Parts: sequence; structure tokens; C-alpha cells
Amino acid sequence: MTATGVRADARIVARADGRGGTALPVLDGDGPLALRRTRSAGCEARVMVVGAMSGPLGGDRFSLTASVTEGARLHVGSAAATLALPGQAKGEARYDVRLDVADDAELHWLPEQLISARGSDLHVTTRAELAAGARLVLREEQVLGRAGEEPGRLTSRLTVRIAGRAVLDQELACGPGAPGGWDGPAGLAGHRAVGQLVVVRPEFAGHPVEPQLLDECTALIPLAGPAALVSAVAPDALRLRRLLDASLASLDGRT
Amino acid sequence: MARAALLVLADGRFPAGGHAHSGGAEAAVKAGRITSAANLEDFCRGRLHTAGLVAGALAAAAVLGVDPGDLDAAADARTPSPALRTAARRLGRQLMRAARAGWPCDELDALARRFPKGAHQPVVLGLAARAAGLGPDDAAYCAAYESVSGPATAAVRLLSLDPFDATGVLARLAPELDRVAVTAVEAARRVPDEGVDALPAASGPLLEVGAEWHAAWPVRLFAS
Repeated sequence: MTATGVRADARIVARADGRGGTALPVLDGDGPLALRRTRSAGCEARVMVVGAMSGPLGGDRFSLTASVTEGARLHVGSAAATLALPGQAKGEARYDVRLDVADDAELHWLPEQLISARGSDLHVTTRAELAAGARLVLREEQVLGRAGEEPGRLTSRLTVRIAGRAVLDQELACGPGAPGGWDGPAGLAGHRAVGQLVVVRPEFAGHPVEPQLLDECTALIPLAGPAALVSAVAPDALRLRRLLDASLASLDGRT
Repeated sequence: MARAALLVLADGRFPAGGHAHSGGAEAAVKAGRITSAANLEDFCRGRLHTAGLVAGALAAAAVLGVDPGDLDAAADARTPSPALRTAARRLGRQLMRAARAGWPCDELDALARRFPKGAHQPVVLGLAARAAGLGPDDAAYCAAYESVSGPATAAVRLLSLDPFDATGVLARLAPELDRVAVTAVEAARRVPDEGVDALPAASGPLLEVGAEWHAAWPVRLFAS
């Protein structure tokens, strides 16, 4: 039994291989953040995060960085949902994700849901730094508690910068101990799944998406920059995923 | 340097156009999420700790002399809803007119020239407070209070709520408002060293999505 929590750092570097594909010169990760290269699709390299341990638990420190250099295409998914659980170690757990995407590079960051289990305390930061000509599809889904369970404490900050300028900076805080009103009519209003899908494409600079409502709690909106956001609040993870998938399909049909 | 300038700036009758906006209350009423003083309070509490905290920190940072262009960009990133960005700039432009009448100065003139369509309202509020000789804590209080007084007043009209009940909501939130103002100023003081990333980014998903829903209605009582 550890009193200090687990430290796990994973690193991915994707580089154009000069033959129209993408190489992964760096693919480092183990324990809770083990990485596997899976079958490539066209010029894109695919990586799966396969957590070989449970967690993050209280006191754990996870970090994952992915860097996609010029001309490379990377798709990152995860084999299963991430489950934040209470741990033996004191204090919150942290999970920091840093994504860098260069000009003429593309990253699809599509992990499975993050589930905040009762008694857990997790602080997540996701920071994407994009060059002006970079492309990104990033999905984040938070699920408050397993089926019928009270959620833990979850704080999640998502920052997306393009050419040094932040186009999105949003923090969601929920669960016991979060600032008041998080589950009220200005917060989640009893919904248990919340998600964001960020799509960055240089062509949005000249042709931003039109705001569109998918339902009363889901909107596709243009950000202040060449980016679009789908913001969705849903009763459960399944409905949330359907809403985000439908939104992405409608964006793909557009261009 | 008259502290009483804060009363002028925070007065609901200050002609800055705030009365035309419900702070998301109109959408929440229509969605059935605000039906009484009790859930109005919960709504206001949620707004205070998200939009109110962010607005308070932006306003305080503007008083401290942080570049208003950087703050305006930070406000954009913290306001994903284009309907809310438009409303914030419209309110900023209206506040600018009133502020220039009250406390004319070069800084306000320069901001008006730089943002002819209006800067985000909390940024203008901060510079107005600075022009009036007020401090960062004053500006943070003003912004945080507006984040709850707007919806509380709007709910009286939208729900025919008893105005005494709405006042009770605001009074009960006062201690939390104190804490939010302190947090906002602490964050603003870190900006000169750490940049605008030090500003809070607390968000209420339903406030953003609700604003888009509201903007699409053909008929509505409030502008946002």
C-alpha cells in the first residue's frame, strides 16, 4: 500500500515518415497509462491508451503529452473509461494532458469518458497548443458517478490555444465540495453527463460554423477563432455520446 | 478618490443597459429550472461562482492596469456562447457611454477607440472603476453583485415573484459574494506575473447553452 500515490507519465511524438504516413518515434507509457500502437488508417497513426491499473486514485499524479509535428496525423483513443476513485493517499489526484499540434498536422483526441466515482477527488487539466495551420478534434466527457452513484469531486479545465491565443478556457467544478450551485439551474440541473467537443480547422477563420441547437441542452457554436465547440449536458453517458457523435457528423458533412 | 463612486457604478439605475438582460434567468424560467425563490437562489449561486467570479476577476485585473486587450481576449475564451459574447460587448459599449459621462478620461477614450463595437462589459467596468478612483476589490464586488442582481430582478418580472423574496435571495448570497470578490481579486493580482491564464475560467454549461437557445427565440422579454 502506498501513501504517496502513483506517478505515471506518458509521452507520444508523431512525425511524418516522409512516405505519406505517420511514425511514432516516441511512445512511452506504462502502468495506468500504457500505450499501444494500433492499426493505422491511411496516413494517420493510431494510439490506444490501455490503463493497466485502475485509477487515478487519490494522491496519484498522471500526465500525458502528445506532440504532433508538421505533416503528421495522430489519432488517440482509450480502451476503456477512466474511473476516478478514492485512494489511500491523501489529497486530490491530478491528471494533466498537454497536446501540441504543429502546422499542417492533425490530432484526433478521442478518449473514453471520465467517470467520477463517489469519494474521489480529481483535478484534470487539458491544454492544447495549436499552430495557426493545425487541425484538432478533441472530445471530453465527464460522467458524475457510476450508475445511480453520488459523484466525487471533479475539477476539469480545458484550454485551447491557436497561435498563442486562447480560443477556449473553461473550467467545470462539480461534486461534493465544489462551489455552490454546481448542480443547480445554472450548473448541471441534475444532469449526470457533460461533454465538450472542440473542432479546430484553419478554414473556420473565413467560414465559421453557424450556431446550431441540437436540443435544449446541446449547442454547436463558433468560438472566437477558427474553432467550433459542441457543448452538451445530458442525463447519462450514452445520450451524451450520441449527441456529440451527431454533432461531429453534422460538422463533417459541412465541409 | 471617492468611495461613494462605487454606489453610483453599482446602482441599478446607472444607465448602462443592464435592466434589459436577465443573466440567463429567462431561459432557465422557460426551461422550468427556475420556478420559485428557492431555485432562483440556487441559480444565482451557480452564476455567482462561475460567470460572477470570472467577471469579478476581469474587472479587478482591469483596475490593476492589465492590458484591456488581453483581458478582452481572455473574456472571449471564457465565453464560448457567441450570443453571450455579443451581449457582453453590447453591455460594454453601453457602460462605456455612461462611464465616459461620469468619469471622462484618456484611458476610457482609448478603450472606446480600440473596441468600437464594445469590449466585454467586465473589462469596461474595471476601467470605469479605475477612472472613478476605485480599487480592484470595488470592481470585483460590483461585477459579482451584478451577476446575481440581474437574474434576481429579472425573475421578479418573469415569474411575478414577490420582490421581497428576490431581495431575500440577494441578502442570503452576500457572504458568498464576499468570498467570490476576495478570490477574484487574488486571481487578478497574479495576472501581472502569470498572465491572463491566472484568471478563473469557471463555467456553467447550461448558462452557455441556454443563452444560445434563448437567442434563437423569435420573441423574448430580455436581450439575454
